Amino acid sequence: MNVTFRVNGVEHTLDVEPRLLLVQALREELDLTGTHVGCDTSSCGACTVLLDGVSVKSCTMFAVQAEGRAVTTIEGIGTREDLHPMQEAFWTQHGLQCGFCTPGMIMSALDLIERNPNPTEEEIRYGIEGNICRCTGYENIVKAVTVAAAAVRAK
Amino acid sequence: MIPVAFNYVRARDVPDALRLLEAHGDDGKLLAGGHSLIPMMKLRLAAPGTIIDIGAIPGLTGIAHDGKRIEIGALTTHAALASSRELEQHAPVLWQAANELGDPQVRNRGTVGGACAHGDPSADYPAVMLALDATFTLTGADGTRDIGADAFFLGMFETALDPLEILTSIAFASAPNSAYAKFHHPASGYAVVGAAVKLTLAAGRIAAARVAFTGVGDAAFRALGVEAALAGVKTGDSAALDAACRDAAAGIEARGDTFASGEYRAAMADVFVRRAVAAALQPG
Repeated sequence: MNVTFRVNGVEHTLDVEPRLLLVQALREELDLTGTHVGCDTSSCGACTVLLDGVSVKSCTMFAVQAEGRAVTTIEGIGTREDLHPMQEAFWTQHGLQCGFCTPGMIMSALDLIERNPNPTEEEIRYGIEGNICRCTGYENIVKAVTVAAAAVRAK
Repeated sequence: MIPVAFNYVRARDVPDALRLLEAHGDDGKLLAGGHSLIPMMKLRLAAPGTIIDIGAIPGLTGIAHDGKRIEIGALTTHAALASSRELEQHAPVLWQAANELGDPQVRNRGTVGGACAHGDPSADYPAVMLALDATFTLTGADGTRDIGADAFFLGMFETALDPLEILTSIAFASAPNSAYAKFHHPASGYAVVGAAVKLTLAAGRIAAARVAFTGVGDAAFRALGVEAALAGVKTGDSAALDAACRDAAAGIEARGDTFASGEYRAAMADVFVRRAVAAALQPG
């Protein structure tokens, strides 16, 4: 069946099986492989994207449920030359090691600072509860979100 | 993980959804936020032939409070409950449970009606709804019927919801002296033990209590012994409150698994209900 939705500002109409997950549509139909599949069981958050600005796990949503909605992926927030402040902060604060969780972590962090532009460390830890990182121990991720929140506020 | 293939239809409104349920019979399954159903479909524990998506039906979201009663649309997300000032003040037991459920992304998609209709024995809301003495409004082809939480949760993944009905709203009286205390499973986030308490206070004593557990038995249940023991206790009488919370899961066969034995769950029931009682006694 057909589904029409916007991804990073561009409207797409795809002919999909209803059982196709949103993350598969993004990765396999639209070649947006920045969104990762980690656990595939709604636990790890690697597949996090924004749906109408709100963080969701794209492995726990069928693509057809995105009809008429706007999806933002990691590819939609900045470019290599002009990184989003959140991307910049993950870089400067060493908020990643292997990088697998990073796109999902960044999308969750963007939702968090949209709702709470000046989060405390505790609020950041609560806000990224749905994202698992197996390298960093989270310390530098929390630092990165703190730095990015300040940068976004200063803008 | 790839679910078994299915047909997908979108319902425009409640009557449309009821028509689709009727047309597809046992083959049809309602999809709201999908955060219980989709994981089960991916594990192939569920394989409905037709998914009827009610997620975009207008008019089934929101929290209405008239000063005495609170009514919540079934499609209201956990995130909406978790950020509601009304609930924080007037039904903290539900507000706390919503905040402790899943994680931010799960709360953004999952719905209160979906979670209740699913009847998971480790889900948070069934205990909360039992403590609140909530009324579930079920809409079918012949109109609506109201059913109390005591008669709604029947067993493991089993509720009183008829396959051709839709849970459309949940209502309960304000409960400023209520609280939820949860022992999170460290991996899944589900309740190993969840204790929900609603107290009615009068003249420095507990006039009445409703106490319910999730995670412990095959379904959420009320701890009638604790309720009876709490009645009449002075709110400052810590020893009497301790005593009332002992053997909270008496008479229930507590479930055991690799994480927590039945004996441990039963012991933790006492600990967590005591914490919930203490929290419920704080001014709302």
